[in-house]
Amino acid sequence: MIAIVDYGVGNLRSVHKALQTVGFEAMVTSDPEQVLAADGVVLPGVGAFGDAMFYLKQSGLLDSIRRVAKEGKPFLGICLGMQLLFSTSEEHGQHVGLNLIPGHVKRFKGDFKIPQIGWNTLKLERPSALTAGVARGDLVYFVHSYYVDPLDRGVIVATTDYHGDVPAMVQKDNIMGIQFHPEKSSRTGLQMLRNFGELVAGRPAKGALV
Amino acid sequence: MLTKRIIPCFDIKNGRVVKNVSFLTNQRDAGDPVELARFYDEEGADELVLLDITATLENRGTMMDYVQRVAEEVYIPFTVGGGIASVEDMREILKAGADKIAINSAAVKNPQLITDGAKRFGNQCIVVSIDGKYNRSKGDWEVMIHAGRTATGMSVIDWAKKAESLGAGEILLTSFDQDGMKNGYDLKLTRLVAEAVHVPVIASGGAGKRDHFYDVFAKGKADAALAASIFHFKETSIGEVKAYLKGKGVPVR
Repeated sequence: MIAIVDYGVGNLRSVHKALQTVGFEAMVTSDPEQVLAADGVVLPGVGAFGDAMFYLKQSGLLDSIRRVAKEGKPFLGICLGMQLLFSTSEEHGQHVGLNLIPGHVKRFKGDFKIPQIGWNTLKLERPSALTAGVARGDLVYFVHSYYVDPLDRGVIVATTDYHGDVPAMVQKDNIMGIQFHPEKSSRTGLQMLRNFGELVAGRPAKGALV
Repeated sequence: MLTKRIIPCFDIKNGRVVKNVSFLTNQRDAGDPVELARFYDEEGADELVLLDITATLENRGTMMDYVQRVAEEVYIPFTVGGGIASVEDMREILKAGADKIAINSAAVKNPQLITDGAKRFGNQCIVVSIDGKYNRSKGDWEVMIHAGRTATGMSVIDWAKKAESLGAGEILLTSFDQDGMKNGYDLKLTRLVAEAVHVPVIASGGAGKRDHFYDVFAKGKADAALAASIFHFKETSIGEVKAYLKGKGVPVR
């Protein structure tokens, strides 16, 4: 069973439905016990960093998340959920994140359109079980004004080009993050969720650099 | 490289997709929103926009029903608009499975709604939809509300900038003069707005052939292009438009 963490905002139904479509059992839950009992966890997200951390703390979900992550269960953060994996964020003030992957969340700066909204190409940087069946140049759907800047660049699985290289996927052992929305990225996104499901089921595909 | 988006738009009345020519005249039925959504997803649409043009309280139930059903069918983002006047309305529609909310008249009447929605759901969720009409005597484009029945006296460019500063994540810009005319997007207006704001601009109104899409990206500087009847009545397809754009060097999915 995959637990999709419900922390009060956002469209959780899409992630849920997408996981079901690719053949995995999933539940949307805000119950810390259910998160602990799950075989894998998805931390989705839209909304603001500070609010999300505040709610996770208040609801008791934060401890469950930390424990699940430490136990080595597959853990996937999507969009804001990916950013929450990092140490700090500068979204509306300074906020402390889950610190599961050292690094900072920064705002795009420059004379270009912010947020980045739309389909952009993926450049695969290193193999990961998440990218099995995904090819360099596949397009996925991004919506974000902030991006992650990991201290160890080695955690970056894929980047995209938006006025410079932007981390699109990261992985540190069992902790994975996807900046775009796989549940809204058509076949490519569904393939990644299938890969995550397989990981949770203990059948990881060998990721290929194509 | 970030690609330019092609977005079919559904004007929905009593649960059916209809297409108006110049807003409220000559309505034609274009089908069932759920079937069309599935079709366009397969055709390669980058997003969908669903606008409830009746947008009355009695219709809210119907709206939630098709929003939920569309959400079950597609794996691309979609925006829902029409009659959304509170953060609570937004929450309901997002919960039903929509990814973004479009607000138009309600935002003009209560600009704070943009900020409240953006704070709660994130800027990327809030699309401010602006209907602009050229005012000859002023030599400027004026914001129209209530589906074009009411002129506000506000300049489109000023309002777009203000909407951005209040927290809009995107501007959906419809040219009232071009809508339904099929002789091209309002390139001048689109470019003025696209260059005045730092959020993406979706151009709408006037698509009649493939060239119009090229023009609105190349000359209008739009980030995305919305179209309805040209796709609904199969005058061209999303695939054809994208192949054409690709051939001319415009990045598309």
